[in-house]
Amino acid sequence: MGIVRKWVQALVFLLTNGYWNFPVTKTIYQGPLKVVCSPGLNCYSCPAATTYCPLGALQQLLAGVRIAIESGQFFVGFYVIGTMGAIGSFAGRMVCGWACPFGLLQELLFKIPSPKFDVWRPLRYIKYALLVLMVVLLPLFAVDKYGLGVPWFCEFLCPAGTLEAGFPMLLIQPGLRANLGLIFLNKLFFLILFLVWAILASRPFCRTSCPLGAFYALFSRIKLLKLRLDPIKCTNCAACHDVCPMGVRFNESPDDMECISCFACSKVCTFNAISLEVGGVAITNQPTPCSDRLKTNPAS
Amino acid sequence: MKKQNYKETNRKIQIAPFVAIFIFLVLGALGISLGEPTRVLQQATQICLSCIGIG
Repeated sequence: MGIVRKWVQALVFLLTNGYWNFPVTKTIYQGPLKVVCSPGLNCYSCPAATTYCPLGALQQLLAGVRIAIESGQFFVGFYVIGTMGAIGSFAGRMVCGWACPFGLLQELLFKIPSPKFDVWRPLRYIKYALLVLMVVLLPLFAVDKYGLGVPWFCEFLCPAGTLEAGFPMLLIQPGLRANLGLIFLNKLFFLILFLVWAILASRPFCRTSCPLGAFYALFSRIKLLKLRLDPIKCTNCAACHDVCPMGVRFNESPDDMECISCFACSKVCTFNAISLEVGGVAITNQPTPCSDRLKTNPAS
Repeated sequence: MKKQNYKETNRKIQIAPFVAIFIFLVLGALGISLGEPTRVLQQATQICLSCIGIG
């Protein structure tokens, strides 16, 4: 499953960043595919991006909602929230594990040999605060005299935007370098922070600061595709604790909001206690020699 | 009791995910009917320099 996941991650990365003509055109992709939602965090100002970033689009719509309504257009984010919600209800944070380019980057960085550290668990709540404050409330209510807000998360924090859009745009349009200022330095700081942290700890941005992951996490109990624990087979050996890239203790909390359904726990579970379920029905519960032995002789 | 409950619900199809997907698809369709995708496309095809920390 690990190999399949890597291929899916690579495929999604290529599909959502498939415009490789940008060094010639010197600008971003401007075709009709940009009306399609990228499931993961993928800045739409990236020259290669072929889809829109749900977080960026939502902030832009909320930031301009007053002006849109005044001009008779009721653009309040139904399309974007509807798309995000449908993806969340279908797969939840499985998107983070299978379809997020920035998640893939963090996984690759974590493979660099270095001392490894865990992420302090209470930091996970920061992303929910960022979702509410920087993605919804501040773009909606912190407006200028014309009633126009700004996309706070994109402008002041998003490291994916700095990496995927900021640097490539500075390379292909050198004239933009004259506009660099404190905001870019601030974003550069967060980018370096998360890249270095990703070498030392597994998926630190996903675990602490990704508002999109926070949104998808809200569907952890009701998503269609999810990992399921079989309490009959589980022996609480805790083998799943050590391999989880998100620090989930799957045998203790199978509906954990941090679970990205990467199947790392399923792979190491010798008792075959973890399976994929679709709408409540297990579909990958293959018997193992070990589980067969348990069935025939439960005492062993 | 926990194991017994698990056996009972092992094959039960959950309705909640389908209801949630349906609700969000309806919400998305409402956005489409209001013409929101055009606005999203308009935004996504322009480079927002301030959004990426430039300017």
